[in-house]
Amino acid sequence: MKFKSGLLLLLALAAPFPSAVLAKDTVKLAFIGPLSGGNSAPGLGGRNSAQLAVQLRNADPAAKYTYELVTFDDECKPNVGIQVATKAASDNSIIAGITHYCSAVGIATVDTYSRFGLPVVVWGAILPEITYGNDYREIHRVNGTMINEGRLAADFLTKQGYKKFVVVHDTTDYGKGQNKYFTEYLKPTGGEIVATFPVSPDQQDFTAELTRIKELKPDLILIGGLTPLGVRLRAQMDRVGVTAQLAGVSGIMTAGFLEGAGAAGEGTISFHNGAPISKYPQGQAFLDAYAKAGFREDPDAYGPFAYSATNLVMDAIEKTGPDRKKMKEVLNGTKGYKALVGEINFDDHRQNIVNANVYVAQDGKWIYWPDSDYAAGKKRLARN
Amino acid sequence: MDIGILAQQLFNGLMLGVIYAMIAVGFSLFFGVLDVIKFSHGDVVTVGAFSSLGAAGIAGGLVALPPVLALASGIAAAVAIGALAGVIIGRVLVLPLRHAPGVNVLLATLMAGTVLREAIRLGVPNGGNPKPFPALLPGGAIKAGSFSVGIDSVMILAAGLLLVLGTHLLITRTRFGLAIRAVAQDGEVARLSGIDFHAVVLGTFALGSALAAFAGCMLGLYYREINFNMGVLLGIIGFASAVVGGLGSMLGPIIGGFLFAGVQTLVVVALPISSAYKDVIAFAVIIILIAIFPTGLIAERRSERV
Repeated sequence: MKFKSGLLLLLALAAPFPSAVLAKDTVKLAFIGPLSGGNSAPGLGGRNSAQLAVQLRNADPAAKYTYELVTFDDECKPNVGIQVATKAASDNSIIAGITHYCSAVGIATVDTYSRFGLPVVVWGAILPEITYGNDYREIHRVNGTMINEGRLAADFLTKQGYKKFVVVHDTTDYGKGQNKYFTEYLKPTGGEIVATFPVSPDQQDFTAELTRIKELKPDLILIGGLTPLGVRLRAQMDRVGVTAQLAGVSGIMTAGFLEGAGAAGEGTISFHNGAPISKYPQGQAFLDAYAKAGFREDPDAYGPFAYSATNLVMDAIEKTGPDRKKMKEVLNGTKGYKALVGEINFDDHRQNIVNANVYVAQDGKWIYWPDSDYAAGKKRLARN
Repeated sequence: MDIGILAQQLFNGLMLGVIYAMIAVGFSLFFGVLDVIKFSHGDVVTVGAFSSLGAAGIAGGLVALPPVLALASGIAAAVAIGALAGVIIGRVLVLPLRHAPGVNVLLATLMAGTVLREAIRLGVPNGGNPKPFPALLPGGAIKAGSFSVGIDSVMILAAGLLLVLGTHLLITRTRFGLAIRAVAQDGEVARLSGIDFHAVVLGTFALGSALAAFAGCMLGLYYREINFNMGVLLGIIGFASAVVGGLGSMLGPIIGGFLFAGVQTLVVVALPISSAYKDVIAFAVIIILIAIFPTGLIAERRSERV
């Protein structure tokens, strides 16, 4: 009897509270990226940025739902990526995904998302085939592809007067893709590739390759790989006495490259499909909110894309409710969406149209080329 | 190919060989005394590299010591922490499991390696990123035509060779070496002759692990960059070198290390387009050699176990 009356008392106390406070449903979103391993720096930056978008949305009283970010580590490995993608996609409480930094993982998982009908927005992987190599209506991408970056790289570097190139690329789909697009766009410019070195992404020692490169005397070495490869190559160039200019696309444009290569990284050129965060209208606000949230790691170069992708997904859910099919249709038709990284317009392959930009490592920072001392003529790129 | 470039490639191969040999010697030492494979050995290399980076960074940055002293403190930290890691792994994981099937020790040490690796990734600030290693050795290069090697590279190579030679002398010429060889030949008989079995085993683990940690410090100085998973492939290569050379012998792993590095370098020199296959080809050569010489190039029955 005592128990019953206690229960009644509890119910009586609870009754006057408005039920609306409890009524906000929770919607789960998956974030997938490399949270461990050599590429964890951009992965953690992306996760934090997505987390920030969720935190800000949950603090907004106008939001219809409370959002929960479920994070998965793909370790930048395709097999692990497929496992976590399957785990996320088969969980019906997860309505959408913000997925993948590594292209090799991004391309491996597209079939899984399509099979389970989970709409995802890619936030970092740049292999064109992820969107253009299939017609899965579940796959979207807010960042650009290596087509933009490769085309700009070939064009910009030949205009700088470099003629003889060597490409060192990793043997994943990512590295092979970079080699393919750079080579393709270099042909019409008259540039010549004197040698191509496919290497394992885990390779530590490059002295043998660099000694071969020294013999070939190229003007420029293009890295088709991610940060660890870039750092190792840069660090070992001096040892062997290779004085060529070094360039790479967005895979090396990370804080990790600058830290790892140290002073030797100075003057390295990179191409990235995002503009500097400070150039975006909401860039400073994002950086302030990020700092206020107290994350341990930097947002890194792709954090703003992860943030934009998360907001894009949440806005679609706000419109349709937590229904995978309906929100997928809304996502498919994204046009003129105002995001942190500029306006998002999906083409018929749900690929955002983005322009690539040139950057250069200057005094320990990646500087937008037009703003750099190199463009102003105060500093000079390496010439053989 | 001109002679200068050829000499440079030869030097690259030698440098790589001495690093592999130092790691391989550890595998051989552990197998010699206890018939175990300590698979966390590659990660002890990483522990050594990060310990020396930490100590050299503190000595050079905070206390502002000259590079020579910063280097000395870096090496001392690498060797001390490497040896300590070896003793802990030996005491906690290997000795209690020595009567269990060999695969148990292999698994336990494999997991210990993962723990070490992840501890570095999580414990070091931004540990997932590659870290620059300070240039603590004298700069400058020896040049002759198209041949150019850094003076620091020559010093690292000399230090590596001296250390391998020193280990050989320690095993063959000292009382501790004699005790190691006695335990390697027959643990029970060694015990009966008054040798402290546990101390010798742990001493061997300390010695092998200190060698690996020193190799880690040298790798940092050579490549000027270290990262938390650098030890994984190095561990496998070191193990393969030890097996093909003759697990349990002293000379075998040295030969194995130089052989592996030689094949890798040769592949890049002779077949540049197949640079990606250099590990594949090197491991294929190892497999073929193991098939021909099942107990290694220096067969155990013909060599004295360490």
